[in-house]
Amino acid sequence: QKATVEVLDHLEHLALVDFRDAEGVERLQKAIQFAEQLHEVNTDGVEPMDSVLEDRCLYLREDDVTEGNCTNELLKNAREKVEEYFVAPPGNIPLPKLEERETFLQGS
Amino acid sequence: AALKGGLRFQVSAALKEGHVTPTELCQRCLSLIKSTKFLNAYITVAEETALKQAEESEKRYRRGQPLGVLDGIPIAVKDNFNTAGIETTCASNMLKGYISPYNATVVQKLLDQGAVLLGKTNLDEFAMGSGSTDGVFGPVRNPWSYSRQYKEKSVPKSCSEDEESNWVITGGSSGGSAAAVSSFTCFAALGSDTGGSTRNPAAHCGVVGLKPTYGLISRHGLIPLVNSMDVPGILTRCVDDAAVVLGSLAGHDPKDSTTIQDNFKPFELPNLTDVSKLSIGIPKEYHAPGLSSEILALWSKAADLFKNAGAKVVEVSLPHTRYSIVCYHVLCTAEVASNMARFDGLEYGHRSDMNKSTESMYAATRREGFNEVVRGRILSGNYFLLKQNYENYFIKAQKVRRLIANDFVKVFGSGVDILLTPTTLSDALPYMEFIKEDNRTRSAQDDVLTQAANMAGLPAINVPTGLSERGLPVGLQFIGRSFQEKQLLTVAKWFEKQVKFPMIQLEVKRHYHGAFQHQKSAFFS
Repeated sequence: QKATVEVLDHLEHLALVDFRDAEGVERLQKAIQFAEQLHEVNTDGVEPMDSVLEDRCLYLREDDVTEGNCTNELLKNAREKVEEYFVAPPGNIPLPKLEERETFLQGS
Repeated sequence: AALKGGLRFQVSAALKEGHVTPTELCQRCLSLIKSTKFLNAYITVAEETALKQAEESEKRYRRGQPLGVLDGIPIAVKDNFNTAGIETTCASNMLKGYISPYNATVVQKLLDQGAVLLGKTNLDEFAMGSGSTDGVFGPVRNPWSYSRQYKEKSVPKSCSEDEESNWVITGGSSGGSAAAVSSFTCFAALGSDTGGSTRNPAAHCGVVGLKPTYGLISRHGLIPLVNSMDVPGILTRCVDDAAVVLGSLAGHDPKDSTTIQDNFKPFELPNLTDVSKLSIGIPKEYHAPGLSSEILALWSKAADLFKNAGAKVVEVSLPHTRYSIVCYHVLCTAEVASNMARFDGLEYGHRSDMNKSTESMYAATRREGFNEVVRGRILSGNYFLLKQNYENYFIKAQKVRRLIANDFVKVFGSGVDILLTPTTLSDALPYMEFIKEDNRTRSAQDDVLTQAANMAGLPAINVPTGLSERGLPVGLQFIGRSFQEKQLLTVAKWFEKQVKFPMIQLEVKRHYHGAFQHQKSAFFS
């Protein structure tokens, strides 16, 4: 099983992280290969396990506000802000397609 | 008084009786940190705030009102725990300059007990790794590289061969914390443990490394890697100290809904003398490929120790052991893919100058902020989570996880109290050798013995056991039943007493800003 260029491109879109070079792609291919071993295990009738604490109830707090009013604290760590807003570049613009963006995958 | 640096009975007593003051203790530690700077164990040293905390502690001692055993005790915290007002970097460019607006619950608890926070320790970037070699601040050096024990056993290739090229890794990813405790710069340190990240460096650095049961200690403020497996880890120089720290940290936290709601009572460890009622399990699958003959021998010796003392020692089987590393690989990368999504430059951390669009800004930020290990895991995780792969990889791994957890349930259900296994496959590798293989390969190799405990959420502890032929520490691991830390630590303490692990004889070249030369302990003769 090897990931195709289409899948690699798709992953770069989803993860918003780049493969960077041949090594990066090879790393993924090896990771997929490594994971194949899972299929040796017979899991018929076995339920997936989300958490080791599955037999307990998660604790839920009362819906009361107990802390907050820390706008200034939180804004301190943001690079771009205006008054009490975090400033983002324009949205709803998809990442350029494989042929148009700067990615190692272009050559593939 | 010859204080060997034990919290419970020695240093605390000394503080109480006024033999040493919190500020003296703090200053000595800070000075030691400076003279061991070459270990690169600390990313940030919070000198000013530490001294202030020490002064406050001193006032309390003078009034005769210390907050508890931890009052005035210098500690260090791995740099993936949020610490208010102090930079928290996770050894990544993504968080360089990030000043936490809050304290992680475990940090707050330690501070509330009067502990003195010396600084943040080095790690693999975002705790991904088993060497503490892949952070942006460089690798951590194992203090034992500079020990008489190691130097005596190493044969220099030539007269001019510097000890520079011979130094060994700490293991990881909590290598900074392990090195800090091992080199006496603090009495206890916090690490984190997702696949063995506290126990592995503990074994290589000759210190006690405790991984508590999942759900016992709050993860609030611990920058998450794998939410279903992460736990804060405790590193100390003896088992009693680990129990003390555990006592101050465990318990339900309303801010972490994955902490159990059962009442937790801190405990003192009894001095076990009779082990005849104990049943020790030796899982045969932990005789893993690549296990060094030295460690195998040590493991065998330990089993005999228990047998000769009257305990029941039985071979057991955890049949799915060999799949746990693969299972971990899939689940870990999947959760990482999700957890790392929060780093987009918008609200905190590094932000790229790219501003054409939100998505391209995010992509550029993450491109610039994450190293290849982190990027690699995010991409792998996303692969396993793709619609066409979800069932075959992610769900499949979750099923295998249950099988692994069930293996332990069966064994503990058959009357075994504690499992005894090696912690690592070998003693610490020289850095030059370690980096010959990539991070993923190394992690897959080094986590084999530790990460099943994370899969099953069980408590586990590394106890330093002996020195290898190269003069480096080797530890053994005890795995206990869920939430039975008292039993686990009691057995560990008994074992620690039997093996009498030697103290590190740290030797530092004179030209290093030189507080100490041939001193056994940082503090006392």
